[in-house]
Amino acid sequence: MKKYFSFFRLRFTLGLQYRVAALAGIATQFAWGFMEVMIFAAFYRGDKNAFPMSLSATCSYIWLGQGFLAFFATWMMDNEIFDSILKGNIAYELCRPIDIYNIWFSKSVAVRLSRAMLRCFPILLVAAFLPDPYGLAKPESCLHFFLFILTLALGLLVTAAFCMLIYILTFYTISPQGLRILFTSAADFFSGGVIPLPFFPEPVQKIMELLPFAAMQNVSLRIYSGSMETDEMKKAILLQLFWLFILIFTGKILCRQAEKKITVQGG
Amino acid sequence: MKKIISDIKLYKHYISINLRGMMQYKTSFFLSAMGQFLISFNVFLGIFFLFQRFSKVEGFTYSQVLLCFSILLLEFSLAESFARGFDTFSEMVRQGEFDRILVRPRGEILQVLGSNFELTRIGRMLQALVMFVYGVSKSGIDWNLLKILTVFFMILGGTSLFTGLFILQAGLCFFTLEGLEIMNIFTDGAREFGKYPMEVYGRKMLLFTTFLIPYSLVQYYPLLYILERRTSPLYVVLPLAAAWFLFPSLALWKLGVRRYTSSGS
Repeated sequence: MKKYFSFFRLRFTLGLQYRVAALAGIATQFAWGFMEVMIFAAFYRGDKNAFPMSLSATCSYIWLGQGFLAFFATWMMDNEIFDSILKGNIAYELCRPIDIYNIWFSKSVAVRLSRAMLRCFPILLVAAFLPDPYGLAKPESCLHFFLFILTLALGLLVTAAFCMLIYILTFYTISPQGLRILFTSAADFFSGGVIPLPFFPEPVQKIMELLPFAAMQNVSLRIYSGSMETDEMKKAILLQLFWLFILIFTGKILCRQAEKKITVQGG
Repeated sequence: MKKIISDIKLYKHYISINLRGMMQYKTSFFLSAMGQFLISFNVFLGIFFLFQRFSKVEGFTYSQVLLCFSILLLEFSLAESFARGFDTFSEMVRQGEFDRILVRPRGEILQVLGSNFELTRIGRMLQALVMFVYGVSKSGIDWNLLKILTVFFMILGGTSLFTGLFILQAGLCFFTLEGLEIMNIFTDGAREFGKYPMEVYGRKMLLFTTFLIPYSLVQYYPLLYILERRTSPLYVVLPLAAAWFLFPSLALWKLGVRRYTSSGS
């Protein structure tokens, strides 16, 4: 356990060095958030009654989504890991007395955490000072805030575990492009990255909430502004734990299978 | 005149080399095209499901929004396939590739344009066409010659505008030597948020996109004319005015070329 934690720490401190890249990211995400807010505000002006949650909750959802983009964006994957499979550097890692799955998992979480730490505070701070329905509102209550942090962490782990499946599938397919794009666009859509899940028609939403993708950003971002009932929250957190277990379990089995008949590429 | 003809010939040759090269990797080409399709398909799905719930946004219906989005997406993809060399220019500068271009006895703009032709963007164009056909058939527009001309000018003006943005982005590389991620707000951001008519984003944004970076000239105003909310024939040629953006971009590019000192090895 200790060695995985030190890998995690190394990767985390390395990630914190990329401050200029973070600046550009902050500007982009701020612009994105602003435009999204304007779109939903325009729909709200058109028909207030068709809105499934309050405008202020929707805007909070958007800003939190932008602030913690690095947690949940499945398309932000570690090219180093893909390269190590495609170019054969994985041979070095196989020589070490470590578990490939654990090492990659802790690296992925560290990268996502460091990216978000650099980006989220300026975005959320500015968003908190925007005029009322358009900015980041206060959390519904202390309990909601606590649950928000908890589900945020669970969502991060689920996202990382999902991305692990894509890395591992690269062992089998060698060319990761196609699968990667298919998986990440599906995840972006089903997790509520395009529009929040409550905005889908009810039957569609019911199904989407059961999928592993809904265990990513959907839960925490909605809990924050209190747009989930107590029962819903319980169910959502249990589903998060369930999917986290399933994803890690499948990932580990697939990884072990792949390790048995691994081909080291490159030369 | 002779020079222009030979330039066109050379450009055709560049494209044919690019295409033949790409066709050596057919699977990769197909997958990338599919990826391009999927990325903007998500944007479409977002619009589709929002309009399941709402009937209108700022008075625009679903089919009208699709019409607006499809034309902008087509403009963007066209510009991206032709001006991809400018879009990835930071790589060229960093690796010193641009030096090789400067020593050849041909214009550097032509050579950068010819360095990369992205046919994979056809995935996006295909989607834009499907949405366009749907938008046209459902929005109940009474088509006449002037309106068809407006759409044509929109595509022409919009492609020039986005090409101008790519050239601007490349021109800035001369001064920074690395890609400016911030420029993505104005290229990818416009592709993403040009899906709704600019009015949706408020008055200030409309002013900004009319006078500073003229997205509205190729999107919002001509759309109003096509939907018969405005009648002045001025709106027909307005999209062409967006091409002014090419001039400052090219000026910056020329300035950059003049003060370029080599980098890379």
